[in-house]
Amino acid sequence: MAEKIYDKQNPAFYALLVALVVMAVGPIVMMLTTSLKLNVDIMSDSSSLLFMPTLRNYETALCDFLWYEAPHIDYCDKTFGRALVNSLIIALVSTVLTLVIGCMAAYALVRFRFMGRDTVSLSTLAMRMVPPAVLLVPVFGIWTFQFQIDGTRAGIILVYVAMNLPFVIWILQSFIVQVPIQLEEAARMDGAGPFQVFFLVVLPLIKPGLAAAAIFTFRVAWNEFLLANALADRNSRTVPVTIVNSITEFDIDWGVIMATGMLLAIPPIIFTFVASRQIITGMTAGAVKG
Amino acid sequence: MQTANANRLTPYLFLAPAALVMAVALLYPIGYMIYASFLDWNPSQRIGEAEFVGLKNYIGLLSDAAFRESFFVTLKFAAVVVTLEMVLGVGLALLLDRNIRGMSVLRTLFILPMMIAPIVVGLMWRYMYHPSVGIFNRTLKSLGFEPVPWLSDGSWAFASVVIADVWQWTPFIFILSLAALQSLPRSAMEAARIDGATGWQQIVYIKLPLMMPVLIVTLLLRLIDAFKVLEVILVLTNGGPGLSTEILSLRISRTASEFRELGEAAAMSNYLLILLVILTFAMFAYNKAVEARAARLRKAAEEDL
Repeated sequence: MAEKIYDKQNPAFYALLVALVVMAVGPIVMMLTTSLKLNVDIMSDSSSLLFMPTLRNYETALCDFLWYEAPHIDYCDKTFGRALVNSLIIALVSTVLTLVIGCMAAYALVRFRFMGRDTVSLSTLAMRMVPPAVLLVPVFGIWTFQFQIDGTRAGIILVYVAMNLPFVIWILQSFIVQVPIQLEEAARMDGAGPFQVFFLVVLPLIKPGLAAAAIFTFRVAWNEFLLANALADRNSRTVPVTIVNSITEFDIDWGVIMATGMLLAIPPIIFTFVASRQIITGMTAGAVKG
Repeated sequence: MQTANANRLTPYLFLAPAALVMAVALLYPIGYMIYASFLDWNPSQRIGEAEFVGLKNYIGLLSDAAFRESFFVTLKFAAVVVTLEMVLGVGLALLLDRNIRGMSVLRTLFILPMMIAPIVVGLMWRYMYHPSVGIFNRTLKSLGFEPVPWLSDGSWAFASVVIADVWQWTPFIFILSLAALQSLPRSAMEAARIDGATGWQQIVYIKLPLMMPVLIVTLLLRLIDAFKVLEVILVLTNGGPGLSTEILSLRISRTASEFRELGEAAAMSNYLLILLVILTFAMFAYNKAVEARAARLRKAAEEDL
Protein backbone atom coordinates (compact mmCIF):
# COMPACT_ATOMS: atom_id res chain seq x y z
CA MET A 1 0.00 0.00 0.00
CA ALA A 2 1.25 3.44 -0.88
CA GLU A 3 2.16 5.63 2.04
CA LYS A 4 -0.29 8.51 2.32
CA ILE A 5 0.94 11.91 3.35
CA TYR A 6 -1.03 13.56 6.11
CA ASP A 7 -1.08 17.21 7.07
CA LYS A 8 0.28 18.19 10.45
CA GLN A 9 -2.37 19.59 12.76
CA ASN A 10 -2.04 21.47 15.99
CA PRO A 11 -2.67 19.70 19.31
CA ALA A 12 -5.92 21.54 20.03
CA PHE A 13 -7.33 19.95 16.92
CA TYR A 14 -6.55 16.49 18.22
CA ALA A 15 -8.04 17.37 21.59
CA LEU A 16 -11.23 18.33 19.78
CA LEU A 17 -11.22 15.03 17.90
CA VAL A 18 -10.84 13.06 21.11
CA ALA A 19 -13.67 15.04 22.72
CA LEU A 20 -15.93 14.30 19.75
CA VAL A 21 -15.18 10.60 19.84
CA VAL A 22 -15.85 10.46 23.59
CA MET A 23 -19.16 12.25 23.07
CA ALA A 24 -20.21 9.97 20.23
CA VAL A 25 -19.24 6.68 21.84
CA GLY A 26 -19.50 7.56 25.55
CA PRO A 27 -23.19 6.75 26.04
CA ILE A 28 -22.76 3.40 24.29
CA VAL A 29 -19.76 2.51 26.45
CA MET A 30 -21.74 3.52 29.50
CA MET A 31 -24.54 1.18 28.51
CA LEU A 32 -22.01 -1.61 28.08
CA THR A 33 -20.38 -1.06 31.47
CA THR A 34 -23.74 -0.78 33.21
CA SER A 35 -24.86 -4.04 31.67
CA LEU A 36 -21.77 -5.69 33.18
CA LYS A 37 -22.47 -4.41 36.69
CA LEU A 38 -24.42 -5.82 39.57
CA ASN A 39 -27.24 -3.62 40.82
CA VAL A 40 -25.26 -3.00 43.99
CA ASP A 41 -22.51 -1.43 41.90
CA ILE A 42 -24.97 0.59 39.82
CA MET A 43 -26.57 2.12 42.89
CA SER A 44 -23.39 2.66 44.89
CA ASP A 45 -21.91 6.13 45.12
CA SER A 46 -18.33 5.06 44.53
CA SER A 47 -16.45 5.52 41.30
CA SER A 48 -18.22 4.08 38.31
CA LEU A 49 -15.11 2.60 36.75
CA LEU A 50 -14.06 0.31 39.59
CA PHE A 51 -16.23 -2.79 39.61
CA MET A 52 -16.09 -6.51 38.97
CA PRO A 53 -17.52 -7.14 35.51
CA THR A 54 -20.12 -9.87 35.54
CA LEU A 55 -22.25 -11.59 32.93
CA ARG A 56 -25.13 -12.14 35.32
CA ASN A 57 -27.44 -9.64 33.65
CA TYR A 58 -26.94 -11.35 30.33
CA GLU A 59 -27.57 -14.72 31.95
CA THR A 60 -30.83 -13.41 33.39
CA ALA A 61 -31.97 -12.02 30.04
CA LEU A 62 -31.01 -15.07 28.03
CA CYS A 63 -31.87 -17.67 30.67
CA ASP A 64 -33.77 -19.98 28.33
CA PHE A 65 -30.73 -20.37 26.06
CA LEU A 66 -28.28 -21.25 28.81
CA TRP A 67 -26.78 -24.72 28.59
CA TYR A 68 -25.70 -24.59 32.21
CA GLU A 69 -27.45 -23.82 35.46
CA ALA A 70 -26.86 -20.23 36.58
CA PRO A 71 -26.99 -20.22 40.38
CA HIS A 72 -28.41 -16.70 40.77
CA ILE A 73 -31.53 -17.31 38.64
CA ASP A 74 -34.37 -18.74 40.67
CA TYR A 75 -37.07 -17.97 38.12
CA CYS A 76 -36.43 -17.87 34.40
CA ASP A 77 -38.41 -15.21 32.55
CA LYS A 78 -38.54 -16.41 28.96
CA THR A 79 -40.02 -13.17 27.53
CA PHE A 80 -36.77 -11.77 26.28
CA GLY A 81 -35.44 -14.98 24.76
CA ARG A 82 -38.66 -15.44 22.84
CA ALA A 83 -38.59 -11.83 21.67
CA LEU A 84 -35.02 -12.23 20.48
CA VAL A 85 -36.00 -15.20 18.33
CA ASN A 86 -38.98 -13.26 16.95
CA SER A 87 -36.83 -10.24 16.19
CA LEU A 88 -34.26 -12.34 14.36
CA ILE A 89 -36.85 -14.16 12.26
CA ILE A 90 -38.78 -11.01 11.42
CA ALA A 91 -35.72 -8.94 10.56
CA LEU A 92 -34.05 -11.64 8.47
CA VAL A 93 -37.13 -12.72 6.54
CA SER A 94 -38.24 -9.18 5.79
CA THR A 95 -34.72 -8.24 4.66
CA VAL A 96 -34.51 -11.17 2.24
CA LEU A 97 -38.00 -10.57 0.87
CA THR A 98 -37.44 -6.84 0.44
CA LEU A 99 -34.18 -7.41 -1.38
CA VAL A 100 -35.54 -10.01 -3.79
CA ILE A 101 -38.71 -8.09 -4.60
CA GLY A 102 -36.99 -4.71 -4.65
CA CYS A 103 -34.17 -5.93 -6.86
CA MET A 104 -36.53 -7.29 -9.47
CA ALA A 105 -38.58 -4.11 -9.51
CA ALA A 106 -35.50 -1.87 -9.74
CA TYR A 107 -34.18 -3.93 -12.64
CA ALA A 108 -37.47 -3.70 -14.51
CA LEU A 109 -37.66 0.05 -13.94
CA VAL A 110 -34.15 0.62 -15.26
CA ARG A 111 -33.96 -1.80 -18.18
CA PHE A 112 -37.45 -1.63 -19.55
CA ARG A 113 -37.73 2.12 -19.12
CA PHE A 114 -41.09 2.18 -17.43
CA MET A 115 -40.97 5.37 -15.53
CA GLY A 116 -38.31 7.97 -15.36
CA ARG A 117 -35.88 8.01 -12.47
CA ASP A 118 -37.54 11.21 -11.34
CA THR A 119 -40.85 9.49 -10.74
CA VAL A 120 -39.21 6.87 -8.59
CA SER A 121 -37.12 9.42 -6.66
CA LEU A 122 -40.21 11.47 -6.04
CA SER A 123 -42.28 8.55 -4.81
CA THR A 124 -39.40 7.42 -2.59
CA LEU A 125 -39.33 10.84 -1.02
CA ALA A 126 -43.11 10.82 -0.69
CA MET A 127 -42.97 7.46 1.09
CA ARG A 128 -40.21 8.66 3.33
CA MET A 129 -42.51 11.46 4.41
CA VAL A 130 -45.07 9.05 5.84
CA PRO A 131 -44.31 8.62 9.55
CA PRO A 132 -44.88 5.13 11.00
CA ALA A 133 -47.33 6.76 13.39
CA VAL A 134 -49.53 7.61 10.42
CA LEU A 135 -49.62 3.96 9.36
CA LEU A 136 -50.51 2.88 12.87
CA VAL A 137 -54.30 3.23 12.77
CA PRO A 138 -54.97 1.84 9.28
CA VAL A 139 -52.50 -1.03 9.59
CA PHE A 140 -53.97 -2.01 12.92
CA GLY A 141 -57.51 -1.89 11.51
CA ILE A 142 -56.80 -3.72 8.27
CA TRP A 143 -54.56 -6.37 9.79
CA THR A 144 -57.05 -7.13 12.53
CA PHE A 145 -60.38 -7.02 10.74
CA GLN A 146 -59.69 -7.69 7.07
CA PHE A 147 -56.55 -9.79 6.67
CA GLN A 148 -56.75 -11.28 10.15
CA ILE A 149 -52.99 -11.54 10.41
CA ASP A 150 -52.60 -9.44 13.55
CA GLY A 151 -50.44 -11.06 16.17
CA THR A 152 -48.50 -13.08 13.62
CA ARG A 153 -44.94 -12.67 12.48
CA ALA A 154 -46.12 -12.68 8.86
CA GLY A 155 -48.24 -9.61 9.51
CA ILE A 156 -45.31 -7.66 10.92
CA ILE A 157 -43.05 -8.81 8.09
CA LEU A 158 -45.57 -7.59 5.50
CA VAL A 159 -45.56 -4.01 6.86
CA TYR A 160 -41.78 -3.92 7.07
CA VAL A 161 -41.34 -5.13 3.50
CA ALA A 162 -43.78 -2.52 2.22
CA MET A 163 -42.17 0.25 4.28
CA ASN A 164 -38.67 -0.54 3.04
CA LEU A 165 -39.42 -1.23 -0.61
CA PRO A 166 -39.40 2.36 -1.95
CA PHE A 167 -35.96 3.08 -0.51
CA VAL A 168 -34.51 -0.26 -1.61
CA ILE A 169 -35.83 0.07 -5.16
CA TRP A 170 -34.48 3.56 -5.38
CA ILE A 171 -30.99 2.77 -4.12
CA LEU A 172 -30.66 -0.41 -6.18
CA GLN A 173 -31.71 1.51 -9.27
CA SER A 174 -28.70 3.78 -8.97
CA PHE A 175 -26.46 0.70 -8.95
CA ILE A 176 -28.21 -1.14 -11.79
CA VAL A 177 -27.94 1.90 -14.07
CA GLN A 178 -24.17 1.49 -13.90
CA VAL A 179 -24.18 -2.11 -15.19
CA PRO A 180 -23.15 -1.92 -18.88
CA ILE A 181 -25.98 -3.09 -21.11
CA GLN A 182 -23.48 -4.76 -23.45
CA LEU A 183 -22.79 -7.39 -20.81
CA GLU A 184 -26.44 -8.32 -20.71
CA GLU A 185 -26.69 -8.32 -24.50
CA ALA A 186 -23.72 -10.65 -24.72
CA ALA A 187 -25.35 -13.02 -22.24
CA ARG A 188 -28.57 -12.93 -24.20
CA MET A 189 -26.69 -13.71 -27.43
CA ASP A 190 -25.32 -16.78 -25.71
CA GLY A 191 -28.89 -17.88 -25.15
CA ALA A 192 -29.66 -16.77 -21.60
CA GLY A 193 -33.26 -15.94 -20.79
CA PRO A 194 -34.27 -12.75 -18.96
CA PHE A 195 -34.25 -14.46 -15.58
CA GLN A 196 -30.83 -16.00 -16.17
CA VAL A 197 -29.45 -12.63 -17.27
CA PHE A 198 -30.81 -11.09 -14.12
CA PHE A 199 -29.63 -13.69 -11.63
CA LEU A 200 -26.30 -14.67 -13.20
CA VAL A 201 -25.11 -11.40 -14.74
CA VAL A 202 -26.73 -8.42 -13.03
CA LEU A 203 -26.99 -9.58 -9.42
CA PRO A 204 -23.28 -10.38 -8.92
CA LEU A 205 -22.36 -6.96 -10.28
CA ILE A 206 -24.46 -4.94 -7.85
CA LYS A 207 -23.30 -6.62 -4.64
CA PRO A 208 -22.24 -3.36 -2.95
CA GLY A 209 -25.69 -1.91 -3.57
CA LEU A 210 -27.29 -5.05 -2.21
CA ALA A 211 -25.16 -4.83 0.92
CA ALA A 212 -26.19 -1.23 1.55
CA ALA A 213 -29.85 -2.01 0.93
CA ALA A 214 -29.70 -5.10 3.15
CA ILE A 215 -28.20 -3.20 6.06
CA PHE A 216 -30.78 -0.43 5.86
CA THR A 217 -33.69 -2.83 5.65
CA PHE A 218 -32.41 -5.00 8.46
CA ARG A 219 -31.87 -1.97 10.63
CA VAL A 220 -35.42 -0.69 10.17
CA ALA A 221 -36.97 -4.11 10.78
CA TRP A 222 -34.73 -4.85 13.76
CA ASN A 223 -35.20 -1.48 15.46
CA GLU A 224 -38.86 -0.69 14.75
CA PHE A 225 -41.16 -0.40 17.73
CA LEU A 226 -44.47 1.32 17.03
CA LEU A 227 -46.04 -0.98 14.45
CA ALA A 228 -44.63 -4.09 16.08
CA ASN A 229 -46.21 -2.96 19.32
CA ALA A 230 -49.60 -2.51 17.69
CA LEU A 231 -49.53 -5.76 15.74
CA ALA A 232 -47.73 -8.26 17.96
CA ASP A 233 -49.34 -10.44 20.58
CA ARG A 234 -47.62 -12.25 23.44
CA ASN A 235 -45.96 -14.77 21.16
CA SER A 236 -44.78 -12.52 18.35
CA ARG A 237 -43.39 -9.62 20.38
CA THR A 238 -40.06 -8.23 19.22
CA VAL A 239 -37.20 -7.04 21.42
CA PRO A 240 -37.98 -3.27 21.24
CA VAL A 241 -41.52 -4.00 22.42
CA THR A 242 -40.32 -6.03 25.42
CA ILE A 243 -37.82 -3.34 26.35
CA VAL A 244 -40.49 -0.65 26.37
CA ASN A 245 -42.79 -2.91 28.37
CA SER A 246 -40.17 -3.47 31.01
CA ILE A 247 -39.29 0.21 31.51
CA THR A 248 -42.88 1.11 32.25
CA GLU A 249 -42.68 -1.15 35.26
CA PHE A 250 -42.35 0.61 38.58
CA ASP A 251 -39.05 -0.86 39.65
CA ILE A 252 -36.53 -0.75 36.82
CA ASP A 253 -33.77 -3.36 36.93
CA TRP A 254 -31.13 -1.25 35.19
CA GLY A 255 -28.52 -3.97 34.88
CA VAL A 256 -30.78 -6.41 33.06
CA ILE A 257 -32.45 -3.78 30.92
CA MET A 258 -29.08 -2.42 29.81
CA ALA A 259 -28.04 -5.96 28.93
CA THR A 260 -31.13 -6.37 26.74
CA GLY A 261 -30.48 -2.96 25.18
CA MET A 262 -26.92 -3.99 24.47
CA LEU A 263 -28.06 -7.23 22.85
CA LEU A 264 -30.44 -5.22 20.65
CA ALA A 265 -27.64 -2.82 19.74
CA ILE A 266 -25.02 -5.43 18.90
CA PRO A 267 -26.11 -6.38 15.34
CA PRO A 268 -26.24 -2.76 14.10
CA ILE A 269 -22.88 -2.07 15.76
CA ILE A 270 -21.32 -5.06 14.01
CA PHE A 271 -22.74 -3.94 10.66
CA THR A 272 -21.34 -0.47 11.21
CA PHE A 273 -17.83 -1.75 11.77
CA VAL A 274 -17.95 -4.29 8.94
CA ALA A 275 -19.63 -2.17 6.29
CA SER A 276 -19.34 1.50 7.20
CA ARG A 277 -18.42 2.33 3.62
CA GLN A 278 -21.61 0.81 2.24
CA ILE A 279 -23.67 2.54 4.91
CA ILE A 280 -22.19 5.91 4.04
CA THR A 281 -22.80 5.21 0.35
CA GLY A 282 -26.42 4.43 1.10
CA MET A 283 -26.81 7.52 3.23
CA THR A 284 -25.17 9.96 0.85
CA ALA A 285 -26.44 8.47 -2.43
CA GLY A 286 -29.69 10.36 -2.21
CA ALA A 287 -28.47 13.78 -1.24
CA VAL A 288 -25.14 14.13 -2.94
CA LYS A 289 -25.65 12.49 -6.31
CA GLY A 290 -29.20 13.77 -6.60
CA MET B 1 -43.43 -16.12 -31.00
CA GLN B 2 -43.61 -17.55 -27.54
CA THR B 3 -40.33 -15.97 -26.47
CA ALA B 4 -41.49 -12.62 -27.85
CA ASN B 5 -44.55 -12.90 -25.65
CA ALA B 6 -42.48 -13.89 -22.67
CA ASN B 7 -40.19 -10.95 -23.26
CA ARG B 8 -43.06 -8.55 -23.38
CA LEU B 9 -44.38 -9.91 -20.12
CA THR B 10 -41.04 -9.94 -18.30
CA PRO B 11 -41.06 -6.35 -17.04
CA TYR B 12 -44.51 -6.87 -15.56
CA LEU B 13 -43.44 -10.12 -13.93
CA PHE B 14 -40.46 -8.36 -12.40
CA LEU B 15 -42.54 -5.46 -11.15
CA ALA B 16 -45.63 -7.33 -10.02
CA PRO B 17 -44.51 -8.46 -6.52
CA ALA B 18 -43.29 -5.00 -5.52
CA ALA B 19 -46.39 -3.32 -6.89
CA LEU B 20 -48.62 -5.83 -5.11
CA VAL B 21 -46.93 -5.51 -1.71
CA MET B 22 -46.87 -1.73 -1.83
CA ALA B 23 -50.48 -1.52 -2.97
CA VAL B 24 -51.69 -3.88 -0.24
CA ALA B 25 -49.57 -2.73 2.68
CA LEU B 26 -48.81 0.91 1.95
CA LEU B 27 -51.23 2.63 -0.43
CA TYR B 28 -54.32 0.81 0.79
CA PRO B 29 -53.64 1.65 4.46
CA ILE B 30 -53.06 5.29 3.62
CA GLY B 31 -56.34 5.46 1.71
CA TYR B 32 -57.99 3.62 4.58
CA MET B 33 -56.64 6.15 7.03
CA ILE B 34 -58.11 9.03 5.06
CA TYR B 35 -61.48 7.30 5.08
CA ALA B 36 -61.21 6.42 8.78
CA SER B 37 -60.58 10.05 9.69
CA PHE B 38 -64.24 10.76 8.87
CA LEU B 39 -65.50 8.08 11.26
CA ASP B 40 -66.26 7.81 14.93
CA TRP B 41 -64.49 4.53 15.42
CA ASN B 42 -63.12 2.58 18.39
CA PRO B 43 -60.87 -0.48 18.20
CA SER B 44 -63.52 -3.02 19.16
CA GLN B 45 -65.66 -2.14 16.15
CA ARG B 46 -65.22 -3.30 12.58
CA ILE B 47 -64.83 -0.33 10.30
CA GLY B 48 -68.26 -0.96 8.72
CA GLU B 49 -69.96 -0.49 12.10
CA ALA B 50 -68.32 2.86 12.74
CA GLU B 51 -70.49 5.91 12.34
CA PHE B 52 -69.71 8.40 9.59
CA VAL B 53 -69.30 11.82 11.18
CA GLY B 54 -67.92 13.92 8.32
CA LEU B 55 -65.42 16.56 9.33
CA LYS B 56 -66.26 16.35 13.03
CA ASN B 57 -62.89 14.83 13.97
CA TYR B 58 -60.98 17.54 12.16
CA ILE B 59 -63.02 20.39 13.59
CA GLY B 60 -62.98 18.88 17.06
CA LEU B 61 -59.18 18.68 16.95
CA LEU B 62 -58.81 22.33 15.99
CA SER B 63 -60.52 23.40 19.19
CA ASP B 64 -58.74 20.75 21.30
CA ALA B 65 -56.19 22.56 23.43
CA ALA B 66 -54.13 19.42 24.02
CA PHE B 67 -53.85 18.76 20.29
CA ARG B 68 -52.86 22.34 19.57
CA GLU B 69 -50.27 22.14 22.31
CA SER B 70 -48.76 18.97 20.91
CA PHE B 71 -48.81 20.41 17.37
CA PHE B 72 -46.88 23.38 18.69
CA VAL B 73 -44.45 21.14 20.60
CA THR B 74 -43.83 19.16 17.41
CA LEU B 75 -43.03 22.30 15.41
CA LYS B 76 -40.81 23.64 18.18
CA PHE B 77 -38.98 20.34 18.53
CA ALA B 78 -38.37 20.01 14.78
CA ALA B 79 -37.22 23.62 14.41
CA VAL B 80 -34.86 23.58 17.40
CA VAL B 81 -33.40 20.16 16.66
CA VAL B 82 -32.85 20.74 12.95
CA THR B 83 -31.28 24.18 13.46
CA LEU B 84 -28.88 22.90 16.12
CA GLU B 85 -27.94 19.86 14.09
CA MET B 86 -27.38 21.82 10.88
CA VAL B 87 -25.13 24.35 12.60
CA LEU B 88 -23.14 21.72 14.50
CA GLY B 89 -22.99 19.22 11.65
CA VAL B 90 -21.93 21.67 8.94
CA GLY B 91 -19.53 23.38 11.33
CA LEU B 92 -17.84 20.11 12.23
CA ALA B 93 -17.64 19.10 8.58
CA LEU B 94 -15.90 22.38 7.67
CA LEU B 95 -13.56 21.93 10.61
CA LEU B 96 -12.70 18.29 10.00
CA ASP B 97 -12.40 18.47 6.22
CA ARG B 98 -8.67 17.91 6.42
CA ASN B 99 -6.25 15.33 5.34
CA ILE B 100 -5.84 13.50 8.64
CA ARG B 101 -5.06 9.98 9.70
CA GLY B 102 -7.97 7.88 10.89
CA MET B 103 -10.73 9.89 9.26
CA SER B 104 -12.56 6.74 8.21
CA VAL B 105 -12.46 5.37 11.76
CA LEU B 106 -13.91 8.66 12.96
CA ARG B 107 -16.72 8.48 10.44
CA THR B 108 -17.48 4.89 11.43
CA LEU B 109 -17.73 5.85 15.10
CA PHE B 110 -19.98 8.77 14.23
CA ILE B 111 -22.48 6.55 12.42
CA LEU B 112 -23.00 4.36 15.48
CA PRO B 113 -25.63 6.55 17.18
CA MET B 114 -27.79 6.48 14.05
CA MET B 115 -27.60 2.74 13.59
CA ILE B 116 -28.61 1.79 17.11
CA ALA B 117 -32.32 1.34 17.79
CA PRO B 118 -34.05 4.57 18.90
CA ILE B 119 -35.47 2.56 21.79
CA VAL B 120 -31.94 1.82 22.98
CA VAL B 121 -30.88 5.44 22.50
CA GLY B 122 -33.77 6.45 24.70
CA LEU B 123 -32.74 3.85 27.26
CA MET B 124 -29.12 5.04 27.42
CA TRP B 125 -30.14 8.65 27.86
CA ARG B 126 -32.79 7.83 30.39
CA TYR B 127 -30.12 6.12 32.43
CA MET B 128 -27.76 9.07 32.11
CA TYR B 129 -30.52 11.51 33.05
CA HIS B 130 -31.51 9.37 36.05
CA PRO B 131 -31.98 11.65 39.10
CA SER B 132 -29.72 9.65 41.44
CA VAL B 133 -27.63 7.09 39.49
CA GLY B 134 -27.33 9.06 36.21
CA ILE B 135 -23.90 10.36 35.29
CA PHE B 136 -25.02 13.98 34.82
CA ASN B 137 -26.42 14.45 38.29
CA ARG B 138 -23.58 12.44 39.85
CA THR B 139 -21.04 14.72 38.19
CA LEU B 140 -22.96 17.82 39.20
CA LYS B 141 -23.18 16.61 42.79
CA SER B 142 -19.52 15.71 43.04
CA LEU B 143 -18.65 19.19 41.73
CA GLY B 144 -20.90 20.64 44.41
CA PHE B 145 -23.77 21.82 42.21
CA GLU B 146 -27.48 21.29 42.66
CA PRO B 147 -28.81 18.26 40.76
CA VAL B 148 -30.93 19.12 37.72
CA PRO B 149 -34.48 17.72 37.25
CA TRP B 150 -33.63 16.47 33.74
CA LEU B 151 -36.82 14.62 32.95
CA SER B 152 -39.20 15.75 35.66
CA ASP B 153 -39.47 19.46 34.87
CA GLY B 154 -41.23 20.65 31.71
CA SER B 155 -38.60 22.85 30.11
CA TRP B 156 -35.68 20.70 31.28
CA ALA B 157 -37.42 17.65 29.81
CA PHE B 158 -37.75 19.39 26.46
CA ALA B 159 -34.07 20.31 26.54
CA SER B 160 -33.11 16.75 27.51
CA VAL B 161 -35.06 15.32 24.60
CA VAL B 162 -33.43 17.82 22.24
CA ILE B 163 -29.96 16.91 23.51
CA ALA B 164 -30.56 13.21 22.94
CA ASP B 165 -31.78 13.86 19.41
CA VAL B 166 -28.86 16.14 18.61
CA TRP B 167 -26.50 13.42 19.84
CA GLN B 168 -28.13 10.86 17.61
CA TRP B 169 -28.58 12.84 14.40
CA THR B 170 -25.84 15.48 14.13
CA PRO B 171 -23.57 12.82 12.59
CA PHE B 172 -26.06 12.44 9.72
CA ILE B 173 -25.66 16.10 8.75
CA PHE B 174 -21.92 15.88 9.37
CA ILE B 175 -21.45 12.93 7.03
CA LEU B 176 -23.58 14.37 4.26
CA SER B 177 -21.89 17.77 4.38
CA LEU B 178 -18.45 16.18 4.56
CA ALA B 179 -19.27 14.20 1.40
CA ALA B 180 -20.47 17.40 -0.23
CA LEU B 181 -17.30 19.26 0.77
CA GLN B 182 -15.04 16.56 -0.58
CA SER B 183 -16.78 16.52 -3.93
CA LEU B 184 -16.40 20.29 -4.47
CA PRO B 185 -14.28 21.25 -7.50
CA ARG B 186 -10.64 21.67 -6.41
CA SER B 187 -10.12 24.40 -9.02
CA ALA B 188 -12.54 26.84 -7.37
CA MET B 189 -10.78 26.41 -4.04
CA GLU B 190 -7.33 26.86 -5.52
CA ALA B 191 -8.41 29.95 -7.40
CA ALA B 192 -9.72 31.45 -4.17
CA ARG B 193 -6.49 30.61 -2.35
CA ILE B 194 -4.37 32.16 -5.07
CA ASP B 195 -6.50 35.29 -4.98
CA GLY B 196 -5.64 35.50 -1.28
CA ALA B 197 -8.98 34.62 0.30
CA THR B 198 -8.75 33.92 4.04
CA GLY B 199 -10.17 30.74 5.57
CA TRP B 200 -13.38 32.50 6.52
CA GLN B 201 -13.80 34.07 3.12
CA GLN B 202 -13.31 30.70 1.46
CA ILE B 203 -16.01 29.20 3.64
CA VAL B 204 -18.53 31.99 3.26
CA TYR B 205 -18.06 32.82 -0.44
CA ILE B 206 -16.94 29.54 -1.99
CA LYS B 207 -17.65 26.47 0.10
CA LEU B 208 -21.09 27.22 1.54
CA PRO B 209 -22.65 28.48 -1.72
CA LEU B 210 -21.31 25.48 -3.63
CA MET B 211 -22.60 23.08 -0.94
CA MET B 212 -26.02 24.72 -0.89
CA PRO B 213 -27.92 22.23 -3.08
CA VAL B 214 -26.76 19.31 -0.91
CA LEU B 215 -27.41 21.23 2.29
CA ILE B 216 -30.98 21.94 1.26
CA VAL B 217 -31.67 18.28 0.52
CA THR B 218 -30.02 17.31 3.81
CA LEU B 219 -32.12 19.82 5.67
CA LEU B 220 -35.26 18.50 4.04
CA LEU B 221 -34.46 14.87 4.86
CA ARG B 222 -33.63 15.70 8.45
CA LEU B 223 -36.71 17.86 8.86
CA ILE B 224 -38.96 15.06 7.61
CA ASP B 225 -37.30 12.64 10.00
CA ALA B 226 -37.59 15.07 12.90
CA PHE B 227 -41.35 14.83 12.58
CA LYS B 228 -41.12 11.06 12.78
CA VAL B 229 -39.12 10.91 16.03
CA LEU B 230 -41.11 8.93 18.52
CA GLU B 231 -39.32 6.11 20.27
CA VAL B 232 -36.62 8.17 21.96
CA ILE B 233 -39.19 10.51 23.47
CA LEU B 234 -41.49 7.64 24.37
CA VAL B 235 -38.75 5.99 26.41
CA LEU B 236 -37.38 9.21 27.92
CA THR B 237 -40.51 11.03 29.03
CA ASN B 238 -43.56 9.40 27.41
CA GLY B 239 -44.65 12.91 26.46
CA GLY B 240 -44.54 14.30 29.96
CA PRO B 241 -44.29 16.01 32.32
CA GLY B 242 -47.67 17.42 31.37
CA LEU B 243 -47.64 17.82 27.61
CA SER B 244 -44.19 19.41 27.47
CA THR B 245 -42.63 16.80 25.19
CA GLU B 246 -45.70 15.22 23.65
CA ILE B 247 -44.99 15.41 19.94
CA LEU B 248 -47.70 14.60 17.42
CA SER B 249 -46.56 11.04 16.61
CA LEU B 250 -46.74 10.21 20.29
CA ARG B 251 -50.16 11.79 20.63
CA ILE B 252 -51.42 9.79 17.64
CA SER B 253 -50.28 6.53 19.17
CA ARG B 254 -51.74 7.44 22.56
CA THR B 255 -55.05 8.52 21.07
CA ALA B 256 -55.26 5.20 19.26
CA SER B 257 -54.17 2.92 22.09
CA GLU B 258 -55.07 4.68 25.34
CA PHE B 259 -58.08 6.83 24.43
CA ARG B 260 -59.28 4.31 21.83
CA GLU B 261 -60.36 6.98 19.35
CA LEU B 262 -59.19 5.59 16.03
CA GLY B 263 -61.08 8.16 13.93
CA GLU B 264 -59.55 11.03 15.83
CA ALA B 265 -56.08 9.47 15.60
CA ALA B 266 -56.53 9.11 11.84
CA ALA B 267 -57.56 12.75 11.52
CA MET B 268 -54.47 13.71 13.51
CA SER B 269 -52.31 11.58 11.23
CA ASN B 270 -53.79 13.46 8.30
CA TYR B 271 -52.93 16.82 9.81
CA LEU B 272 -49.35 15.61 10.32
CA LEU B 273 -49.18 14.33 6.75
CA ILE B 274 -50.55 17.60 5.36
CA LEU B 275 -47.94 19.52 7.34
CA LEU B 276 -45.16 17.35 5.93
CA VAL B 277 -46.45 17.65 2.37
CA ILE B 278 -46.59 21.43 2.64
CA LEU B 279 -43.04 21.56 4.03
CA THR B 280 -41.69 19.30 1.31
CA PHE B 281 -43.34 21.25 -1.48
CA ALA B 282 -42.21 24.57 -0.04
CA MET B 283 -38.67 23.26 0.02
CA PHE B 284 -38.93 21.98 -3.55
CA ALA B 285 -40.41 25.26 -4.78
CA TYR B 286 -37.66 27.21 -3.04
CA ASN B 287 -35.03 24.96 -4.59
CA LYS B 288 -36.53 25.41 -8.07
CA ALA B 289 -36.73 29.18 -7.60
CA VAL B 290 -33.08 29.36 -6.56
CA GLU B 291 -32.05 27.28 -9.56
CA ALA B 292 -34.11 29.42 -11.93
CA ARG B 293 -32.57 32.58 -10.53
CA ALA B 294 -29.07 31.18 -10.93
CA ALA B 295 -29.83 30.22 -14.53
CA ARG B 296 -31.19 33.71 -15.24
CA LEU B 297 -28.11 35.36 -13.74
CA ARG B 298 -25.83 33.13 -15.77
CA LYS B 299 -27.71 33.98 -18.94
CA ALA B 300 -27.58 37.69 -18.18
CA ALA B 301 -23.85 37.43 -17.54
CA GLU B 302 -23.34 35.68 -20.88
CA GLU B 303 -25.32 38.34 -22.71
CA ASP B 304 -23.21 41.08 -21.18
CA LEU B 305 -20.05 39.60 -22.62
